[in-house]
This record gives sequence, C-alpha cells and structure tokens, in this order.
Amino acid sequence: MRTYLLQRFLAGMVTLFGVTILIFVAMRVLPGDPLAMMTSESGGTYVLTEDELQAARSALGLNRPYYEQYGRWMLDIARGDLGRSFWREEPISDLIVRRGPITAQIAVAAVLLSWLIGVPIGILSAVRRNTIVDYISRVLVIFFVAVPAFWLALLVVLGGVLIFNWRPSLTVVQFWDDPATNIQMTLGPAIVLGLGIAALTARMTRSATLEILHDDFVRTARAKGLRERLVIRRHVLRNAMLPVVTVSGLALGGLLGGSVAVERAFGVPGLGTALVMAFGQRDWMVIQNLVLLYGVVFTFVNLTIDVVYAALDPRVAFR
Amino acid sequence: MAKMEGVAVAPAEHVAAPWLVSDTPAAIVRRRPGGLARFVRSSPLGTVAAIFLLFVFAMALLADVVTYWDPLVTNYGLTRAAPSGDHLLGTDHLGRDILSRIVTGARISLFVALIAVLVGDGVGLAWGIVSGYFGGRVDLLSQRVLDALLSFPGLILAMLLLVALGAGLSTVIIAIAVTRIPLSTRVIRSVALTTKSLAYVEAARTLGASPLRILVQHVAPQCIAPFLVIVSANIGVAITTEAGLSFLGIGVPPPTPTWGNMLGGVLAESFRPPWWLIVYPGVALTSTVLAANLFGDALRDFLDPRLRGKLTDL
Repeated sequence: MRTYLLQRFLAGMVTLFGVTILIFVAMRVLPGDPLAMMTSESGGTYVLTEDELQAARSALGLNRPYYEQYGRWMLDIARGDLGRSFWREEPISDLIVRRGPITAQIAVAAVLLSWLIGVPIGILSAVRRNTIVDYISRVLVIFFVAVPAFWLALLVVLGGVLIFNWRPSLTVVQFWDDPATNIQMTLGPAIVLGLGIAALTARMTRSATLEILHDDFVRTARAKGLRERLVIRRHVLRNAMLPVVTVSGLALGGLLGGSVAVERAFGVPGLGTALVMAFGQRDWMVIQNLVLLYGVVFTFVNLTIDVVYAALDPRVAFR
Repeated sequence: MAKMEGVAVAPAEHVAAPWLVSDTPAAIVRRRPGGLARFVRSSPLGTVAAIFLLFVFAMALLADVVTYWDPLVTNYGLTRAAPSGDHLLGTDHLGRDILSRIVTGARISLFVALIAVLVGDGVGLAWGIVSGYFGGRVDLLSQRVLDALLSFPGLILAMLLLVALGAGLSTVIIAIAVTRIPLSTRVIRSVALTTKSLAYVEAARTLGASPLRILVQHVAPQCIAPFLVIVSANIGVAITTEAGLSFLGIGVPPPTPTWGNMLGGVLAESFRPPWWLIVYPGVALTSTVLAANLFGDALRDFLDPRLRGKLTDL
C-alpha cells in the first residue's frame, strides 16, 4: 500500500512538471512571447510602441533564455509569488483568494448534489430494470449528459429574469459575509453543473450495480436469506460505489472547465470569469498562473481519487 | 462500413495456422453481409439519431440554398423582432434572422467538430498503436505527456492553445483536436497492447514479418473498430467544446454564425434578453449533441460492447 501511494505521488509530481512545461511552451514559445501575443494584430487588443515593448520585455525578463525564464517562474511560485495582472497591477494571489472560494464552493456543491441525485437514481434504475422508473431515468440521463451546461445555465438565468425579475449579482460575496446572497449566487451554477455530473454518476452506478447484481456473493447473500434491502445496501452498494468515485473525480476536472462557461452565463465573479476576462485582455501572467492552478488542482484531485480508490478496494494497490 | 469490415477481417487470413488462434478478440468485426441492415435492427434509436444527424448535415451543406435571409445581413429597423411569418425564429440584436444563422451555424459546428475529431483521434490512433506496440521507454515517456495533457479540463486546454495560436477557424480546430488526443491514445494503446501478444501476431513475428508490416497488417486493423467508436463518441464532445469556446468569445470569431457565439451574443444583451435568442440556438445545439451521443452509443454497442464505460469522457 505504501509503495503504491508513493508511486502515485511521484507520478503526480512528474505530471505536474509536464503541466508546467506545457503551459510554458504555450505561453512563451509558441507565440514568440506573451507581449508579442498581446500586441500582435491577430487578436491582440493593445498597441505598444517598440520602445515600450522593449522596456516591458526587459522588466519582465522576457529577453532572457527560456530555461532561465522557466527557472524564475518556478522559483517565484515556490516563494508564493504568483505575479501581478499586467493591466491592473493587482497581485494574482489576491485575485485567487477573492474569487477562488466562490468557484470551489460551486464545484463542491455540484459534486455533492450529483451524489444525492445520481446514486439513488442509478441504483433504483438497476434494481427496477426495464420498468417505467428505469426508462424515465435513462431518458433523463441521456438528456442531461448531452445538454451543454452553459445553455442550461442561460435558460435558468432567462427563467429567473423573466419570471422573478431576478438579477445576477456581479460582485463577490463570500459565504462568511452574507450567506443568503452567497448561496443565491452559487446555487444556480451548482445545480446546473451538478445535474450534468449526476447524469454521468447515475449511468455509471446503474451499469456497475447491474454487473454486481449477478455476482456470486450477491447470490450467496440472497441464498442465506438476507433481505433484499440489506443485500443491496451492504453488498451491492458498496461495490458499486467504486466506479462512482472515478466518475466524480473525472467530473470534478470537467467541472472546473465547464464551470468557466457556466460562471460566465450566470455572471458569477469566480475564477472562471477571471480566466475568461484574462483571455480577452491577453493578460498573460494571469492566464499562465490561473491555468497552472487549474492543472494543479486537477492533478491533486486525481491523486486523491487514486488514494480513495485504493482505500476502498485494496486489490488496486497490489495490481 | 463495409470497407472497414473488409479491412478488419484481414489478420485472420494471414494466420499460418488458424487453429493456433485460440482467443479471437471480439474487436475483430467478422465479415457478414448487410451491416447496415443489422445496425438498423440492433438499434432503432441509433438509426433515428443517425437520420437526424444526416438531416443536420444536409442543412449545413445546403445552408446557402435553404436559408431565405442572409445570415450576416443586419437590419437595424428590425432588431430583436419576435418570431413571425417573416422571421420564423425572430431576429437578434442586430436584426439578423435567427433561423438562417442557426442553419448556417450548423455548418461551422459540424465542420469544426468533424475535422477536429478526425485529426485528434487520428493522431491518437497512430500514437496509441506505436506506443502500445513498442512499449518501453517511448511508451513511458508518452504516457507522462498524456498525463500532462489530461491534467487540464478540456475547455481550459483548448483556451490555452487558442491564446498561444491566435483565434481563427483553423486554430479552434487544432485546439479541440489536441483535447481529443489523450483519451483516444489511451484506448487504442490498450487495444494494441492486447493484440501484440495474440497468437497470430506472434506467428507473424516468428515468420519474420517486419515490425512495420505487423503494425499495419495485423495490429492496426484491430484498432479500427475502437477508433470508429471513439470518433463517434467524441463528436458530441467536440461540438460542445466548440460551442463553449465560441460562447466565451474565444472560439470562431464573429460575424461567422455558430451556435456558441449566437448564445454568447446574448451576454452582451441588456438584463432582459429575448427568449428566442437563447432557446432556439440551444435547441439546435442540444439536439445535435444528443443525436451524436445516441448514434455513438449505438455504434459502440454494435461494433464493440466491451468499450462500454471506457469512454466516459468529460
């Protein structure tokens, strides 16, 4: 078990290294350099004079060799310095502290919601296979897997605006400052994203449960006279949860991406909105470090999933 | 489909001693007549979805012919007009006809998705076969590269590539294609790994076939069925990704209509967006993705049910 954990951890670190290289190449090598990207005619929004450009370049260390730039970036991050927004001079760490909690809150709420909805529906659908319950839940699953979350979000906003004359809040309101407004702000995105993952969870739970229902130990449990409810709860459910863990982990990654568009649709001032704004302004330091943050979070989620999985199913660690 | 089955059956003919082939993988699609008829019978729902996709495809191809209004022509005297006899689905904030824009938007959405998936999964096919067959150091390194690619949510990876490559139709295609590579490589690699230890491949090796010949003649055909399944499963994802990027204003640049940037345009609206600007493009988007998913599922069950669950993609 310990070697397995160590192995997963090392693999995670190697992955993180790859992530930083990928971002570095995308940000600095491919377009020439970030400033060229910002001022170029294709997509660049601002025009700097040649002198300003050179001055900015040497101030940011962009005229150094790549390996040195990369080293500096890593050193800065190790020291906890995430740099500043190019246009607004705001430290990026402030931005993350202010907006991060909203996005994290939406993601966690969405995953919890997906378990609450997805797991019971998946089990019910499997146990009552080929009944009307199963059919309805399968249709719902197919629909919610397909529908793009940001469109669902737009529909919710539209409904809210037209029916309740509701307006999305535009400023950051933390939970500890004003719980009511905060929940009003995050509930919509959480539900929209949660429904999508719930559909995947339900599908996974259903197929896992169906498979396990035919296993020998289930037959044994039934044969010894255990009540069906107990068979399901004690023997089937526990095993069926394994794939659900994987789906939730993967979903959390998709969630982080999907939440960018959903945040935008709801006008929630989370990290996703900040990222989209940074892309619009070609604010490269913000893009670079926010994308890195997404990569780091996702890598650690995956690592956690591996550990949880090994804890639930000891066979994994010995494979 | 008939062509694919013809290719896929090839390995069996090259086996020197057929009785040695003990575990024929289900991935081998045997040549049986009437593939299309069997597909229709095995999945009526998948057939309906395929017909709907063909319809959308036809609309996309014939967009210039079937649309009554020019999707790009603005009419400031008639902005945000509600659906009527003249404009069946209404007009947007610049007075452009929604129906024409949806039909023309189908062209971009399908084109981008199809090309991106073929390119991305094509790379995955080649990469997976090579990586799985040769194994060793190359495989180890490529696995780490894939890990890194998989560590980004798809949309964010695409955004990163777009900011690096600049906005445009071809860069959107490249960005989406790259997000499709890791998963297809994984699946194809696992198929290549199992195939290379099968008896008939070992027989070919013993007979002195070159690695290239083994790859092309024996391993690759086994990967065709999974490849088709991956492609069909990925089309819905690619359409959604393109729509998401365009919705965020970093995909296909305006004024080209796509379903995504039609929806994105709504964000610039006042606080009371007209409902037809949101509902109709979304319905087109969702029903197409739905059809693509249903067809993908049906094709998977038809070609290789063992891939079920392996492709839960996000």
